[in-house]
Amino acid sequence: MATLVFLEIDEGSVKKSSFEAISYASAINAETTAVAFGDLSADDLAKIGKAGATKLLHVTDAPFAQPNSMAYASALAEAMEKTGADTLVLAKSSLGDAIAARTSVKLSASLISNVTSLPGEEGGFSVRKSIYTGKAFANTQSVTSRRVLTLRKNAALIREDGQTVAVEGFQPTVRDADFNVKVLSREKATGEILLPEADIVVSGGRGMKGPENWNLIEGLAQALGAATGCSKPVSDMDWRPHREHVGQTGLKVAPSLYIAVGISGAIQHLAGVNSSKYILVINKDPEAPFFKAADYGVVGDAFEVLPRLTEAVKAQLG
Amino acid sequence: MKILVCITHVPDTTARIAFTDNNTRFDKTGVQYIIGPYDDYALARAVELKEQLGGSITALNVGGSETEPTIRKALAIGADDAVRVDAEPTDSFFVANQIAHVARDGHYDLILMGRESIDYNGGQVHGMVGELLGIPSVSPVMTLIVEGQKVKMTREIEGGKEFVEADMPLVAGCQEPIAEWKIPNMRGIMSARTKPLHVVAPVSDEQRTHVGSYELLPPKAGVKLVDPNDMAGLVNLLKNEAKVI
Ligand SMILES: Cc1cc2nc3c(=O)[nH]c(=O)nc-3n(C[C@H](O)[C@H](O)[C@H](O)COP(=O)(O)OP(=O)(O)OC[C@H]3O[C@@H](n4cnc5c(N)ncnc54)[C@H](O)[C@@H]3O)c2cc1C
Repeated sequence: MATLVFLEIDEGSVKKSSFEAISYASAINAETTAVAFGDLSADDLAKIGKAGATKLLHVTDAPFAQPNSMAYASALAEAMEKTGADTLVLAKSSLGDAIAARTSVKLSASLISNVTSLPGEEGGFSVRKSIYTGKAFANTQSVTSRRVLTLRKNAALIREDGQTVAVEGFQPTVRDADFNVKVLSREKATGEILLPEADIVVSGGRGMKGPENWNLIEGLAQALGAATGCSKPVSDMDWRPHREHVGQTGLKVAPSLYIAVGISGAIQHLAGVNSSKYILVINKDPEAPFFKAADYGVVGDAFEVLPRLTEAVKAQLG
Repeated sequence: MKILVCITHVPDTTARIAFTDNNTRFDKTGVQYIIGPYDDYALARAVELKEQLGGSITALNVGGSETEPTIRKALAIGADDAVRVDAEPTDSFFVANQIAHVARDGHYDLILMGRESIDYNGGQVHGMVGELLGIPSVSPVMTLIVEGQKVKMTREIEGGKEFVEADMPLVAGCQEPIAEWKIPNMRGIMSARTKPLHVVAPVSDEQRTHVGSYELLPPKAGVKLVDPNDMAGLVNLLKNEAKVI
């Protein structure tokens, strides 16, 4: 049966993780409908088709312009009925989680979160999901006829061989009760590479000594096109904003490359980064536990190593 | 004000994760259990709200009798009474359904819980409970203030935060810095022994997912150390060996 995909839009662009969701859904069933709320660029429209969506339900009505998990969940449940899809796919995020949970209840569907693989071939609908903060996986079966999946980053490669997508306007029913949470204001960094979406993350810990030294972390991040992260004590001391806090009680990231500078590698920090493809650790203590979880390591003083590394990156990447 | 705080009973953050019975069951041998760290934030904020506004706090856990020491800890920290729904928390819908039932009966103004559990990391239960009860759910919540019937909250969003307001009743999935974790004192621990802990049977056995087997994350092969004076060599490895930059 057909699949439906929720597209999350940030600063006017469809998030990379949503394109992964399209390609994932199209691998389950080629008849993949994407649902987008708000304006889309011509470039994104082309990419939605290339990633594998055959149809786009486009919602441009004013009540749906601001992200609203309750209203989006109602609209997606309506779109599931309308398209006859049996599987709804979303990228995991705080918005995606809330929508997924509410939609699954509306549809009496199962909900499987943190999915990392396509369904297996054998009997029933079963996928692998990440559990214990990245330390293990559970092969999880859906026992209902409809299901909702939230994907972890890198669950699918983004396709580029799809066709032009057929766009159809969609006016979901507006339910007053879905608008009971009023957004008073929003504070958002603009032009920042979003940490959960980033392919490279440069993170600093207490070994960076103070917020005044973060120019070294930012310099390397800028040279690499990376997002910046930090350990819990660093955000607890307000050296960095809380949204950069990575780990068991913070954000879980899964970049291709995670660079940890002056972070000891406590098990609670590792829990947030162990899904990274490669880990590079820079620490002056050769006994730092982080080296056991790393692919590459530099034993040295961050204040000497970072400027050298940033120069070398600039020299080789131009 | 009546507050319901839902707590998970989960392995300590430093616990060794392993499976037994042919990888079909979590290995509990030697594992210490705690209140989920995010639920602990929710409980701490509930205690502050009660100090400020009066009312009562009920702690709720869905789990077998082995979770009672964890529930007693919540009572020691400041919950007035507790409910344990006597069942294995097998999937998130099953748990949400139990919570919604207890919440409906108790007419709570606020239903607080952690933004996610640290065993399954689903982040699903607060949204499901909100939908089952037909009330708003907000997560992840970093600050929560009650003004009359209104609740003002700061919600973390990617790259920033959002300030929102809603009427009670509502569900909030909490995270730091909503409150500081509270450590029970001697008086709390003593009084927790006699506070009521009601054990109730589950209302439904419906579950929508089933775990067939578990796997561990494969270990890393070992670290390749690079001389701190050879950063060009390191960049070369990242570029041509790992192919990540
Ligand atoms: C329930 C619970 C949840 C937690 N959740 C999280 C979480 O989500 N995320 C998290 O990060 N932590 C978490 N923690 C805290 C965690 O246990 C550690 O305390 C924390 O990760 C340590 O941060 P750090 O590595 O920055 O600091 P430290 O442990 O102090 O390490 C600093 C490191 O910097 C190195 N260093 C010092 N100077 C230099 C230099 N000049 N050059 C290079 N290296 C240098 C040192 O060798 C050391 O290894 C949690 C703890 C608990 C109990």
